Amino acid sequence: MIKAILIFNNHGKPRLIRFYQYFAEDMQQQIIRETFHLVSKRDDNVCNFLEGGSLIGGSDYKLIYRHYATLYFVFCVDSSESELGILDLIQVFVETLDKCFENVCELDLIFHVDKVHCILQEVVMGGMVLETNMNEIVAQVEFQNRVEKSEGGLSAAPARAVSAVKNMNLPEIPRNINIGDINIKVPSLSPF
Amino acid sequence: MSDVVEKTLIALPSLLSLDSQLGAGKLSSTSKLGNLIRSITELTSKHEEEKLIKKELTALKEQVSSPNTTSRQMKEIMVRAIYCEMLGYEASFSYIHAIKLAQQGNGLEKRVGYLAVCLFLNESHDLLLLLVNTVLKDLQSTNLIDVCMALTVVSQIFPKDMIPAVLPLVEDKLTHSKEIIRRKAVLALYKFYLIAPNQVQHIHDKFRKALCDKDPGVMTASLHIYFQMIKENPDGFRELTASLVAILKQVVGGKLPVEFNYHSVPAPWLQIKLLRMLALLGKEDQSTSEMMFEVLDESLRRAELNHNITYAILFECVKTIYTIHPKSELLEKAAKCIGRFVLSPKINLKYLGLKALTYVVQQDPNLALQHQMTIIECLDHPDPIIKRETLELLYRITNGQNVSVIVQKMLDFLQQSKHGHTTIVLVGKVAELAEKYPFTHIAVVSVPIRLCTYAPDNGWFIQTMNTVFSLGGDDMQPEVPNNFLRLLAEGFDSAEEDRQLRLYAVDSYLSLLQTDTCHLPQRFLQVMSWVLGEFSFLKADLEPGLVLSRLASLLDQDLVTTETKSWVLAAMCKLCGGVVGEGVAGQVAAQFGGSLNTTLRQQAQELHVLSLDQALRSRVLPPHTSWDGLEVDSSLSFLDGFVSDALAQGAAPYKPPHQRQEELSQEKVLNLEPYGLALPVSLSTCSLMDRQSPTGFSLSSGLSGNSAELPHKGGSLKMDGVKRVWGKEGYLPQKEAAEEAPAMPSPPVPLTYRVAAARTRRWTPWPAPRPLGPDQEKQQLASSLFVGLGPQNQLCLLGKPDVAPQRFRRKTRPQDPEGGSDWLSVSSHSSHSTMDSLLDSSPTPLGEELNTTALLGEELNTAGFLREEPNAISPLGEGLNTADPMGEDPNTTRSLRETANGTTHLGEGLNAAGPLGEEPNPVSPQGKEPNTASPMGEEPNTASSQGPEDTLAFWSRAEGETEAPEASTMATDQPPTQADRLTPPPCATAELLEPHGSELLSLASDGSVDLSARKLYKGAALELQLYIRNTSSDQLQHVSLQLRSAELQVLDSPNQSFPLLGDHGAVTSRHSVVMETPLVQAIVGGAVTYHTQSGSANELGFSLRLTLADFLRPLPLSTEDYGKLWLSFNHDVKQNLQLLLDKEDPLSATLNILKEKLQFHLVEIIGTEGILACQLLPGHPCLLHCHAHSGTLTVWLRSPVPDLPDCLLYHCQRVLQER
Repeated sequence: MIKAILIFNNHGKPRLIRFYQYFAEDMQQQIIRETFHLVSKRDDNVCNFLEGGSLIGGSDYKLIYRHYATLYFVFCVDSSESELGILDLIQVFVETLDKCFENVCELDLIFHVDKVHCILQEVVMGGMVLETNMNEIVAQVEFQNRVEKSEGGLSAAPARAVSAVKNMNLPEIPRNINIGDINIKVPSLSPF
Repeated sequence: MSDVVEKTLIALPSLLSLDSQLGAGKLSSTSKLGNLIRSITELTSKHEEEKLIKKELTALKEQVSSPNTTSRQMKEIMVRAIYCEMLGYEASFSYIHAIKLAQQGNGLEKRVGYLAVCLFLNESHDLLLLLVNTVLKDLQSTNLIDVCMALTVVSQIFPKDMIPAVLPLVEDKLTHSKEIIRRKAVLALYKFYLIAPNQVQHIHDKFRKALCDKDPGVMTASLHIYFQMIKENPDGFRELTASLVAILKQVVGGKLPVEFNYHSVPAPWLQIKLLRMLALLGKEDQSTSEMMFEVLDESLRRAELNHNITYAILFECVKTIYTIHPKSELLEKAAKCIGRFVLSPKINLKYLGLKALTYVVQQDPNLALQHQMTIIECLDHPDPIIKRETLELLYRITNGQNVSVIVQKMLDFLQQSKHGHTTIVLVGKVAELAEKYPFTHIAVVSVPIRLCTYAPDNGWFIQTMNTVFSLGGDDMQPEVPNNFLRLLAEGFDSAEEDRQLRLYAVDSYLSLLQTDTCHLPQRFLQVMSWVLGEFSFLKADLEPGLVLSRLASLLDQDLVTTETKSWVLAAMCKLCGGVVGEGVAGQVAAQFGGSLNTTLRQQAQELHVLSLDQALRSRVLPPHTSWDGLEVDSSLSFLDGFVSDALAQGAAPYKPPHQRQEELSQEKVLNLEPYGLALPVSLSTCSLMDRQSPTGFSLSSGLSGNSAELPHKGGSLKMDGVKRVWGKEGYLPQKEAAEEAPAMPSPPVPLTYRVAAARTRRWTPWPAPRPLGPDQEKQQLASSLFVGLGPQNQLCLLGKPDVAPQRFRRKTRPQDPEGGSDWLSVSSHSSHSTMDSLLDSSPTPLGEELNTTALLGEELNTAGFLREEPNAISPLGEGLNTADPMGEDPNTTRSLRETANGTTHLGEGLNAAGPLGEEPNPVSPQGKEPNTASPMGEEPNTASSQGPEDTLAFWSRAEGETEAPEASTMATDQPPTQADRLTPPPCATAELLEPHGSELLSLASDGSVDLSARKLYKGAALELQLYIRNTSSDQLQHVSLQLRSAELQVLDSPNQSFPLLGDHGAVTSRHSVVMETPLVQAIVGGAVTYHTQSGSANELGFSLRLTLADFLRPLPLSTEDYGKLWLSFNHDVKQNLQLLLDKEDPLSATLNILKEKLQFHLVEIIGTEGILACQLLPGHPCLLHCHAHSGTLTVWLRSPVPDLPDCLLYHCQRVLQER
């Protein structure tokens, strides 16, 4: 199980924090600080796994991290996860972010933290890996965005919804959950 | 792709150097979040940040409470609140609004609301209840996104109690037409399974359906559930193996749609999961393993090394192959794979390779040999994680020959790394190794074999442990010093070695104390002072005052903690003899006489007294005693006499604090509680009385203050966490590995190695600091590290036999304590408290002195006192042993003992008559049997092992008579016959006994009358059968018997008289006794008066001790009735007892013992909890509720009778300890 996902920058400023196991607020901050302390000390040419802490869940706990330019992506997992598997999952997550934000950077994570959380929710749900296929994740997120935009949008909404539906069935996104095809609720436009 | 990302990220400046133009493009400059972030980045100090966020939060608070805030604004506020929370500032005012937003918002707003709820709240937060309705509504929504969001939130946080409300809805989603919904529903159910497994038990077939779902995504999700269930119970899911193998086969074979590929590897995460499950299933199960051989082979074959993720699969494959039943072909391939990892230039793979090696090295030490050069390189790797992993690997291949090199490497690492947790773990390992091979031979290898055997290098052990203690500091696991001291104290097989080891320790500590001690950890100082106190007598030429003064100098240091000072004082107590001792003791007493710490003050005082009185000292602290016979009486039963004296003089009986509290409050207020419900069984009216009775007189010392707390504290003594390191065969966990190693077939190793190996052997334990080429050095290191693993082993056998494992086996102790830590408590024989310190029940510091923890201290007190009372029974002492003293299953022991009882009381009865009686006459069985046989009356079969058939026939009749309710007299004029012949062999009647009576207890006898008794546990009362036997050859007249008891109630006439008792005749008198007022134990007294033929009147007094347990009977209740009764009872006690951890199912084993010994009725066991019920005759119910957790059993007793729970608890403790 994934216990926590932490993203912070080179200075230790948290950019996204997601705990799948309950910790009190101050404990969370301590975990972030110590994790940063552990991770930031390490060179780029050493391995991406860290053990031997006892912050989360005692000894059955590993840190698996990747460092991209200004950001550290750290997954805290227990022994039931495969190290290399998680390492690639981080890669999938980052690639997905890249796709959703078109060249993602730290700023996207800061100003669209809610959106990043939503993307993460499609990858990891309740500490369990839900989806590892990037296209699938992107499709889910885009679909949600479209629906939501159309809900909040103006008169063009129905047309957008329709185009969303069309997009959904495009052949080049295979096995694309046909989630959109029937049940898109054509929104009652919000009155303003 | 990652390159692209990295490039883009690198291209972007970090936030601090943020160009405002760039920022402006990406975000609306008007956004409030933008403003907040921008101002935060401009700050320079944490303090300023705090101020700014506080301001922000105040603003947010204002906005959320304003009625005009639209939900769109609310969404924006929530994002800001999330940001603040992420930085560690609480925004609790927004929680309720997050819930509201999730409820009222549309689309994006709702999503942010849910997200905020997930991030802000935890599963036990009260506000979550408000979310349940929203979730219910959304689960029923036709909008798929709403359903998805609801499922997501359910799987993240959901109150356990509310699961039933949403469960049917979530279950429905399993058949939803959209796979994403089904997938999320499966994960939500998985979450339910994790937090409340009972509630989803009924939908297991739906899980099965999910596993067979046509969409691979849903199937993958369902594997989470199965993985968990297999982990918990592999046997229950073996039939899944075929399906899982089939799935894996299809995945590996590329049957999945191409979009499942990741870097052209088909569904790698799915493969990993499946392989892990297969490993769990195939472990230790050959037939299951055989099913997966093929697919594993295929997986290995198909894995083309083009990407990291392939290695992930390979790694799992290797692990699985080594976990399941071995197949040589596969093992070979797996070994090759490990090679690919280990030799890979990629550091992550190397790390995993080392991990894999560590995992398999116990099965296949040759692998370590093959990669020895790589391992050596890794030892010097710049990455500490790799280094640590390598040490872990070396730790697993340690044997008697390479231990010193490996330990040295570990210590080197310890000296460099300052990381807390790693240090603690590694220090523990070094200590383990050092203790496992305390006498290494490498240093003395040049000495001829014979000498070498008798000159072990005990210095190495002590030195290593010294380094461990200095490096480990005070954070190390407490068992390290405990084990070390225990090892020193108990010694090894040879007394000479023990002596040398101890002597070396004393020497090295003395010289250490001479240097500056302020940098030494407290633990180390404690160890030193104990060793010096205990063993400095071994050093013959030691000036007596020297040790004392060294120790005393410790007392002056400010950095030394009180605890350590306690240890020091305890050590000084042992050494304080002689003139010098008096002087130092006097100084110390003066120094601490005014100390604010009462413990130290008392200890110093004791030291002073002991130093003056040599005789007292040798009695209190007898020198050079062994630890083996030490027993601990945790119930302080030896004080019973003192307590009863005090009670007799009018002292108030002890009441536990909670009872006092209750009584206090009862005096003040009206009793509004119901007086209890009618019981399903006939309980007398007394069950409802006594509520207010202020003094249910009673309570022997067994319940007095300390003893009520002590036993469990002592017993639980952190033994759960302590690894069992030593066993009879020596060191337990590693034994196998160590033994296996030499037996392995060895691969050919280049000749150079052998040479190198042979060469190094002559050198010091670690590579000599000779100028060598780097390669040479490595090879040399390799040979010293891997010695004993491969062919070198033969070489070394020529050189010197590796006898260490056999020779240095630890002495087998008669009582081997369970873990490491309890050793200290045993050691307390050296710390004694004087009797009065106990009697005035002041804290007894001497006891505390030796401990590392306060809890141990109380334990020590008891131990200390015990020395004063060598005869006291020692339930705790026994309780501490894992091994039953008899080495038998307790149940067997018990039944055996009963058997023995049965047989002996028959035997006793007969024997008692025998020696005193006349020549055995042939008698009619009727004449002689009633008195001897009636105790055994209920077991007609007993006779089968004994006498003639007519005896048997008679015995069955005797049974009938025993049942007769009235006291019966059976005068006989014949003496018992052939007592000796009738005495059965002790074990012959094993199965025949029934548990309803006690053995025959001899009460009293004089020249002409012998009185014995037997307890019969009848349903309504305890029946005492008193046997009066005339052992003289004269007739006795006017025999009468009076029974009286101040504490117990004799139901039927307490007096019986018999006009005539013929020579060697016997009469039986029966009395029913009940215990109206609960007492731990009570005494029934009485006297027999009789007139001899010569006319003189005689009286023979007797007394019989009965315990509460004699009056306990099961109380058959249903769980429901139990629940009702529980609420209506108002006297309760709660305490932790020890669980019988050595049993397979500790809870039920413990409860069964209680049930058996104390006549409980086991109502039900639910998970880790159990409920039992019993009644105290005449009809006082008592309910017991137990909860087992982390090695202890929390017991909660309730009864309507004030003292019953206390008394019963006492007996529960005793039963568990005496087991």
